[in-house]
Amino acid sequence: MKTVTLPGEYKSLEKISNIVVQAAREAGLNDLDTYEVDLAVDEACCNIIDHAYGGEGLGEMQCSVEVSDDKLTVVLKDHGRPFDPAQVPEPELNLPIEKVKRRGVGFFLMRKIMDELHYKHSPEGDNILVLIKHK
Amino acid sequence: MEVSTTQYKRCDVVKASGRVDSGTAPDLEAGLNAITNAGRYKIVLDMTDINFMSSKGWWVLIDTQKTCKRYKRGELVLVNVRGEIRSSLDLVGMGSYFKIFDDLTTAVGSF
Repeated sequence: MKTVTLPGEYKSLEKISNIVVQAAREAGLNDLDTYEVDLAVDEACCNIIDHAYGGEGLGEMQCSVEVSDDKLTVVLKDHGRPFDPAQVPEPELNLPIEKVKRRGVGFFLMRKIMDELHYKHSPEGDNILVLIKHK
Repeated sequence: MEVSTTQYKRCDVVKASGRVDSGTAPDLEAGLNAITNAGRYKIVLDMTDINFMSSKGWWVLIDTQKTCKRYKRGELVLVNVRGEIRSSLDLVGMGSYFKIFDDLTTAVGSF
């Protein structure tokens, strides 16, 4: 398992991406799955910055990656506001461009891309989001 | 991320490279807004060298498309969109918002 702790800032996104992409390749994911996991983690980290903390530079994000025989596990941890992705309603898709709404698209992508998505709010007050992709 | 713009008679061509995420999407937005704010609404975005685009980037493109298409005064079209980016746009039903061309000449010629 590899873990990094970075400031909750947009410039941390590329550093997290590099770690996730490297782990996805080690896990033997194909190019499309690697890209999509990278995208799902980026969306999750942006939600931490934008919604859990409510802005840049207000807290840290911890990202851990673990590669096992058949899957890649990414664990994201933050100390921001509790936020359960399962409670976010599905966005309406295929709307005309004038009617498209932003809310929920990131979580929809995460659910669509990852094979498993688990959230818990720890007794210590951490948000823990686990994203799993099988090979 | 680098953003460069070339103004042609028929349209403006914007070329961006690298990663478009929450940190860099404002650079792309500034490049596109500079064109629409100048009253030009026929835009080609050359995405040959864009290797990643998060939903923040898509919203920049969607906002620009809305601005361009208003009063039927123009359009934003895309060139050489990497397969993975196209696939993720389709995943959320946004692929249909943009004409996508395989080469720049055809895209510019579409205006």
